[in-house]
Amino acid sequence: MSQTVTLRIYRRDPELDAAPRYQNYQIELTPGLTVLMALYHILENVDKTLAFRSSCRSAVCGSCGMHINGMNRLACETQLAPLGNEVVIEPLPHLPVLKDLVVDMTPFWEKYERVRPYLIALKAPPEKERWQSPEERKKIDEFIDCILCACCHTSCSTAWWDKEYLGPAALAKLYRFVADSRDEGGIERLKIAAREDGVFRCHTIFNCTEECPKKIPITFGIQEIKKRVIWGKLMGKL
Amino acid sequence: MQKHQVLIIGGGLAGLRAAVECAMLGVDTAVLSLLYPVRSHSGAAQGGINAALANMPECQDDSPAKHAYDTIKGADFLADQDSAEILTTEGVARIYELEHWGVPFSRTPEGKIAQRPFGGAGYPRTCYAADKTGLYILHTLNEQAVKHRIKVYNEWAALALASDGARSHGIVALNLQTGDIGAFAADAVIFATGGAGRIYKRTSNAMQSTGFALAIAYRAGIPLKDMEFVQFHPTTIIGTNILMTEGARGEGGYLINKDGERFMQRYAPKAMELAPRDIVSRSIQTEINEGRGLPDGGGSVYLDLRHLGREKILERLPGIRDICLSFLGIDPIEKPIPIQPGQHFIMGGIDTDNDGATILPGVFAAGECACVSVHGANRLGGNSLLECVVMGRRAGAAAARFVQGQASAINQAVLNDTLKQTIEQVDALLKSEGKERLVTLRNQMQETMTDKVGIFREEKPMAEALAILRELRARYRHIGVDARHRKFNLDLLHTIELGGMLDIAEATAASALARKESRGAHARLDFTTRDDTNWLKHTLAYFTPDGARLDYKPVTITRWPPEERKY
Repeated sequence: MSQTVTLRIYRRDPELDAAPRYQNYQIELTPGLTVLMALYHILENVDKTLAFRSSCRSAVCGSCGMHINGMNRLACETQLAPLGNEVVIEPLPHLPVLKDLVVDMTPFWEKYERVRPYLIALKAPPEKERWQSPEERKKIDEFIDCILCACCHTSCSTAWWDKEYLGPAALAKLYRFVADSRDEGGIERLKIAAREDGVFRCHTIFNCTEECPKKIPITFGIQEIKKRVIWGKLMGKL
Repeated sequence: MQKHQVLIIGGGLAGLRAAVECAMLGVDTAVLSLLYPVRSHSGAAQGGINAALANMPECQDDSPAKHAYDTIKGADFLADQDSAEILTTEGVARIYELEHWGVPFSRTPEGKIAQRPFGGAGYPRTCYAADKTGLYILHTLNEQAVKHRIKVYNEWAALALASDGARSHGIVALNLQTGDIGAFAADAVIFATGGAGRIYKRTSNAMQSTGFALAIAYRAGIPLKDMEFVQFHPTTIIGTNILMTEGARGEGGYLINKDGERFMQRYAPKAMELAPRDIVSRSIQTEINEGRGLPDGGGSVYLDLRHLGREKILERLPGIRDICLSFLGIDPIEKPIPIQPGQHFIMGGIDTDNDGATILPGVFAAGECACVSVHGANRLGGNSLLECVVMGRRAGAAAARFVQGQASAINQAVLNDTLKQTIEQVDALLKSEGKERLVTLRNQMQETMTDKVGIFREEKPMAEALAILRELRARYRHIGVDARHRKFNLDLLHTIELGGMLDIAEATAASALARKESRGAHARLDFTTRDDTNWLKHTLAYFTPDGARLDYKPVTITRWPPEERKY
C-alpha cells in the first residue's frame, strides 16, 4: 500500500509577501525518495513557483542545505521515509530569504573571506611538491571535508544574534590552515581568530558539530584555535 | 552594464584556473557562474588527477610521453597527439602548483603526493586526495580566486553571446536572484561550464550539467566537435546514478555478475577491472543484456570492495562509503554495491585549438565543455581534472594575450542588440500561450538519448532518435512556462536550458548516426570495427535552424601511428 507524506514548506517572496506562509503538499513515498527529489517532484508536477537550490544531488556541492524538521541538513542526502508523516521544510535560519527555501548567502561568504581562506606560504615553494607526512596530513583530514553548506553557521545560536561573529564555518576554515603543516600564516591567523568577533564568541554549544552533514568536529577545531590564541597571549605574541 | 577585459563563464576547475591565470597576468577578470563556484560539479570528481610524477616505487620510469601514449591509446587514436603531449607534459607542473596552493593530496609514507592505479594507465599515475580529489582542488582554486580578489557574478545564467560574426563583444545573462537580464561587455569570453550529462536519463552529472553554454557557442556559429563520443562510466549506483569512483577498482575492487564471476576476465584478461571505461562499460552492459545481471537490480552488477577491508575503505574511499550509506542503505565494508553504467562525460564539445581558442576571435573554451581534443573517442579516468587545470591555464593565458595585444574593440550596439533580443525572447516565453511543457519534452529527450544513443548503437535506433529530437525541437517552439515570478524562477531557467539541450542532443545524435565505425565510446553493432581509412577524423557540427550540418577535419598524428587497442 502506498504511503503519503505531507511536506509543509516555507513559502515567501519578500517582494510580494509581507509574511511567510506554509504550504502543504502531499507526496507519495517511494523507496529511496530524498527530500530533494520530493522538492523536484513538486516543482515539476505540482507547483512551478517553488524555489530551492540544488546541484550535485550527491552531498558534495553544498547547495541544498535547509532546515528540515527542526534540523539543518542537506536535502539531497536526507531520506524522506524516516522523517514521519509530516515534514516541515524551511530555509536555513537567520539568513535573509530571497525566495522560499533560497537564502541570501552574502553574510556567510563575507565571513569566509575575512579569515584569509587560502594557504599562506612565506618561503618560495620547492620545484616539486612540498613534502608532508601522512601523519601531518591526517591532522587536517576532517576539516578539509567542509563543503561550505552553511548548515553549521546557521545552527549556531551565537551567530544568529551576533552578526559580526565569524561563526563556525569560517573558523573551521581558519583551523584547516592553522592545522596544515604547510601553512605559514602563523601569528597572523591567530590575530584574526583573537579579535572580538573571533573564537571567544564560541560558547561550546556544539550545534555546529551536531548539524554538520560531513561530521566535522568543528567545536574541537575552534577550541584548538582558542588554545593557541591563549598561548600566544601568554607568550606575549598576540 | 558591466565591463571586463576577460569574462569567464563557469566557476569550476577550468574556469577558476583560467581566472587565476588572467588575474596573475594583470588582466581585469570576472567569473560569471550559474552556481557559487564551490558548488560546481568539478567538486564531485572523486578518484584523482593524472600526471607522471613517478612518486611510487612501481612507477620510477614513468614519463609524460608514456602518459601521452596511454591517453592516445585510450582515446582510440582520435586524440590530437600534440594536444595530448601538452596535457601530460604541462600537467606535471600544474599538479605541483596545486600542491603549492594548498591542495591536501594524500601522501606516500615519505611525504610525496600519493598515486594510485587507474584504468588504461601503464603505471600508478593518478594523484589523489582520498576519494574527494575534485572537491579539494575546487575549494583550493576558489581560495586562490579569493586571494586574487577576482570578481564573481554568482547565480547568473549566461544566455547568449553577443557576436557580429567577426568577433565577440560580450555576454547576456540572467540574474537568478533578481530575475534581471543584463549585458556584460568583455573583450574576451572563456566558456568553462562543464558537461551536458542531463541530456541523458541516466547520468552521474549534476542537475545543473545541462551543457547550455555549448548551445550558446553553437548558435553563435562555433562548431561542436566529436559530440558522438559520450563516456558512460562503468560504476554509478542504481537509482540515482551517483558516481562510484574508478579509484574503487584502482584500489583493488572487483566487478561481479550474478553468478559471482569476475567477468572482466572474458573481456580484458590483462587489465581486468582497470581496462578503459568504454570497454568496462560495454562489458557490464553485455553481462546485463545476456542475463547475468543482478536478478532484482534494474540492470546492474556488483562492485565488490569487501576484500579490501575496513581500514583501506575508510582511508582511501570514505566518500563513496558515505554515498552508499546515504543513498543505498548499504555499507560497502559488508556488502557489494549494485552499480550500472551511466552517462558521465562528453569527450566532444566546443571546438578549440591548444590554447582554447575557437574560430570566433575573442571566444575561448576550456574543460569539459571544450574539445581540444585530448580525449579523442574515450577519456581515461583522471585526465579530466588534468584537462581543466592545464587547458584552463592555457585558455586564461591566451585570452590575456588576446586582450593585452590590442585596444578594446567592443561594439556596444552589437551587445545592446543581443540584450534586446534576449529580453524579447524571454518575455515571449513568459507570455507564451504555448501548450508544450518542460517535463514532457525533457523526459522524452533524456529517454531517447539513453535508449537510442547509448552504450551500444545501431543505424535504426539512432535514426529514430534523430527524428524524435527534431520533432521535439519543433514542439519546443510552442513551449510555455507556468511560473511568472522574477526571483529564482526555476521553471523559466529550466525551460530556457531545455532549448539548448535539445540543440546539442540533436548534434550528438546526428554526429553519431553519421559515423559508420566503432571507435572508443562510439560502439556500433552494425559497424563493429574501427575504420582508420575513412573515419580517422574529427566530426564538426555546425548549427542550422533545421539541425546540425556536419563537416570533418583531420586528427593530428605526431609519433604514435594508430594500432589495435588491446588490454
